[in-house]
Amino acid sequence: MTRLAIIDSGGANIASLRYAIERLGIESELTTDPARLREASHVILPGVGAAADCMARLQNAGIVDTIRELRQPLLGICVGMQLLYESSEEGDVECLGLLRGRVRRFTSELGLPVPHMGWNQLEFEPPSPLLNDIVPGDYVYFVHSYSAPIADSTIASSTYGESFSAIVQQGNVYGAQFHPERSARIGSLLLRNFLRL
Amino acid sequence: MRFRDHVIVGDILELARRYRDEGADELVFYDITASPDGRSVDRSWVRRVARILDIPFCVAGGIRSVADAEEVLGEGAEKISINSPALADPELITRLSARFGAQCVVVGIDSQTVDGSYQVYQYTGDPNRSRNTARKTIDWVREVQKRGAGEIVLNCMASDGVRKGYDIAQLTIVRGECSVPLIASGGAGTPEHFADVFSSANVDGALAASVFHSGSLPIPQLKQFLRQSLIEVRP
Repeated sequence: MTRLAIIDSGGANIASLRYAIERLGIESELTTDPARLREASHVILPGVGAAADCMARLQNAGIVDTIRELRQPLLGICVGMQLLYESSEEGDVECLGLLRGRVRRFTSELGLPVPHMGWNQLEFEPPSPLLNDIVPGDYVYFVHSYSAPIADSTIASSTYGESFSAIVQQGNVYGAQFHPERSARIGSLLLRNFLRL
Repeated sequence: MRFRDHVIVGDILELARRYRDEGADELVFYDITASPDGRSVDRSWVRRVARILDIPFCVAGGIRSVADAEEVLGEGAEKISINSPALADPELITRLSARFGAQCVVVGIDSQTVDGSYQVYQYTGDPNRSRNTARKTIDWVREVQKRGAGEIVLNCMASDGVRKGYDIAQLTIVRGECSVPLIASGGAGTPEHFADVFSSANVDGALAASVFHSGSLPIPQLKQFLRQSLIEVRP
């Protein structure tokens, strides 16, 4: 049975994420209790705002090591995905280190407005269980000023002046740079796929 | 969506569902009477809208403090948009951006030509209180970005409601000074108007209300036209 725990990271997208999960007919628990996180079948780490603030909240809640030691599927969303990396340029903060690499800011040299806000296409080749029923070219909704470079963990990319990681996976650790909770049908499919892992 | 407070929640939800299903990319809920009256929107509807919408939405009107914004965002809105309160207290933009991040903070600007330059208007929701602030639009565009606005909606007042097309000249000038997403507002009447504002003024989005509410331009038809005009849109 699915027992979804959403980490209460204080971000402003938590309400809309919970409604998206509710539309899938699944209940979720919002928590920072290490025991509840360990007992969950799936864990989502949402995040909106500055990476350093989000990391500070996880540290204050005393759950940084708990998250690092989770073995069930873990999905980071937006800043939550960025926290999965070793570090972020935003506030020059050390993050969870579950994925290799450093999150960096979109450079103004690209000549594009930052933050990147809007619907962009997913690009990917070999399918992954997280991408069931999603096809290359499908649009999802992004809101971010920082992104993770393409790496071995990238399973789908998107382009905003340059390619960046849109969906990542390594072992039990998953991440989506966009907001599945606000990405209409495609976002809903991604959340459904994650909860079926 | 622009509505005054007599629109009942059932109607808002019905409209939200309709636009969601028609393929709108984002919805903005305005209570244009909120600021002139010195009161806030009744926010009980935000959660109900958030439950049914699976696309981003923004709430505008009556947000005067970090606490107001916290309430709206906590109920499930993606963004809050401020206009008159930002003119009264520009520091509000700074506080909101520091607390929630620039991506949550939209600044709406009502602008029109006065004595040969574009100037900012305040309290435009109430014809009796609408006033010229004597601020040059371009100066305000620069200032709100410095203070942490993550998006600017430029409502060109002379074009608003007349469906003769967006104010391409004004939007082009503002685009040149705007390094955050810029949304065009005011003047949409035909699919060509949308194509024109994307290709000529290079805006990131185009906002319209009456042309959608009246049903005169269905969103699927508009999107098909934009695709044929080689403007990238989500299906």
